[in-house]
Amino acid sequence: MAQKKISIRIDGELVPALEGKTILEVARGAGRRIPSLCHMDGLKDVGACRLCIVALNGGRLVPACTTPVQEGLAVTTNSPEIAAYRRMIVELLLVERNHVCSVCVSNGHCELQSLATSLGVTSVRFRYRYPSLPLDLSQERFVLDHNRCILCSRCIRVCAEVEGAHVWDMMGRGIHSRVISELDQPWGEASTCTNCGKCVQACPTGAMAEKGWAVEEMVKRTAQVAGAAVRKGVSL
Amino acid sequence: MRKITIDPVTRIEGHAKITIHLGDDGQVARTQFHVTQVRGFEKFTEGRPYYEMPGITARICGICPLSHLLASAKACDAIMAVRIPPVAALLREAIHCGQIVQSHALSFFHLSAPDLLLGMDSDPARRNILGLAEQHPALARDGIALRKFGQRVIERIAGERIHPSGIVPGGVAAPLAAAGRDAILQELPEAVAIARRTLELFKTILDGFRGEIEHFGRMPTMYAGLVDAAGALQLYDGQIRFKSATGGIVAQIDAARYNNYIGEASLADSYLKAPYFLPLGYPDGIYRVGPLARLNVADRCGTPAADIELGEFRQRCGAIAESSFHYHYARLIEIVYGLERLEALLNSPLILDRHVRAHAAVNALEGIGVAEAPRGILIHHYRVDERGAMKWANMIIATGHNNLALNRSIEQVSKHYVHGERMEEGMLNRVSAVVRAYDPCLSCSTHAGGLAPMRIQLVGADGAVLDELAAGA
Repeated sequence: MAQKKISIRIDGELVPALEGKTILEVARGAGRRIPSLCHMDGLKDVGACRLCIVALNGGRLVPACTTPVQEGLAVTTNSPEIAAYRRMIVELLLVERNHVCSVCVSNGHCELQSLATSLGVTSVRFRYRYPSLPLDLSQERFVLDHNRCILCSRCIRVCAEVEGAHVWDMMGRGIHSRVISELDQPWGEASTCTNCGKCVQACPTGAMAEKGWAVEEMVKRTAQVAGAAVRKGVSL
Repeated sequence: MRKITIDPVTRIEGHAKITIHLGDDGQVARTQFHVTQVRGFEKFTEGRPYYEMPGITARICGICPLSHLLASAKACDAIMAVRIPPVAALLREAIHCGQIVQSHALSFFHLSAPDLLLGMDSDPARRNILGLAEQHPALARDGIALRKFGQRVIERIAGERIHPSGIVPGGVAAPLAAAGRDAILQELPEAVAIARRTLELFKTILDGFRGEIEHFGRMPTMYAGLVDAAGALQLYDGQIRFKSATGGIVAQIDAARYNNYIGEASLADSYLKAPYFLPLGYPDGIYRVGPLARLNVADRCGTPAADIELGEFRQRCGAIAESSFHYHYARLIEIVYGLERLEALLNSPLILDRHVRAHAAVNALEGIGVAEAPRGILIHHYRVDERGAMKWANMIIATGHNNLALNRSIEQVSKHYVHGERMEEGMLNRVSAVVRAYDPCLSCSTHAGGLAPMRIQLVGADGAVLDELAAGA
């Protein structure tokens, strides 16, 4: 069945859209820059990070990645208020765990870091929590460092939706949430893991990395994994 | 009993204070050197992957991160049990030469030259790099240019000037480009000229410091430093040679066996451990490391101009230079050596080779890496589990080796220069200056040289402040 063509306004400009698409897809298709972390092309969206918030009809804030377009909708993609919220979200991500860029394998190639830079997060107004979190070094080729995880769940989705292995899940609630492999087994003991590394390449930070790389050396092949996901068509 | 406190000691890297206890007769009874900061790197790296250690431990220091990077990368090489490609060793040593030059230039020009050229008793408000720039502008410019040269060597080979990412377990991250090599070689003659004329200048003022030479830690101790198989000076790799106070070789060991020869004592009121030569016990096993010790233990430097200078050094100061004041002299000779060695390395036909890194996982559960930091022998010793997680770390930082010698030097200087209840700033400055001679890196972090406030208090037995001097701004 062909999708119905509708029109919405993005920042005042009339934009044609297909019904069923999300605001994020339509807005980015129209050349708007909306920041995001948990969204990855080709994967189902979950609205975890809230960085893509936009204002509907000048008022209510919603995540663009999980809100479908409707006829006559007016979307504001940026405003001083939205920018302030986005900065606050990044600050909260930074205080929640132990993000030490200077000694991180992903320094210089990190989505969280570049987002913080582009949003102008020059300082953090909240107290750092400095939680004591473990590393999982049990996998032969890869390492999981919970200190650098932002709970975007891209690893979980790419494993389940693209690789079809579904090694990863989320355990706990709220700030105590943690990515686990199988039923909280060490990654190296997860019998379902195919060793493909898609989770590592999909990870926006240094939380998942290939073993053996020194500071600044882990360059993720996120675009290739996203391309594979889009071709597989899991999000349609 | 009265007590004088120098807190903080200025123009050094890190935080320290000195207390001088005066007896009832007004003479110095005893002194103590306190390092007032704790860093905790050995503890908080537990659980991290071993290959992150170079990046993490480099942050111990902003002056000589390269030394930590090298010692740490070498410990990681040992854990991976790999032979790094030959060109990687050359590049690491070349970077290290840049590091030695810039760190020694900082110590001499920025931190100690104000004492040496403006005078120990000169106005403390102007006794700093800015005062130096007013009275000896050419020398100050030389110092800044030489430090910059060293920093640019590091930047061109390893990526960044401070905390570069180019030194990695298994070798170096990227090969050297011909353009980078040529740029360094082009700037090298100017750096050599600065090093040579500064050394000549230093030799002309040396006779003006007879008193300081006599009392700045002139004492019999052992010396330790790295040497190559032929007994020549080594900064990147080699065996640890221990020499006695009279110049006999007491031991020459593979760095990996340091445990059998170096013990570590804890001192009251200081966070800095005090290593000693284990066979002699504590505190008789006192030894010195750093430029002075390196020139004392090495048979020769191994480069032409530095060897000529070393010959003159030994004529002036003896086969074993005993006074810690001569750290300055030795440091300037090492700058000459570092530049000569750098030139030789860059002219090696192998230096542009593109195979610069060996890859491996954990093959040994323990690794020890040693390098000569600008201030002396630096040891990184790691233990990991089969997965590569750090289980234990021990790092013996260069300044630590000198802890006992620093304490003894401070006492010697204080007993000679500090008398009575009336304080003169100049006499207390000499107490600080002997610390600067060692160029200690207490924190291992960059501080604004000469600008930190110095507070000196004379405290009575009842705790009342009898007199106070403040310097700096």
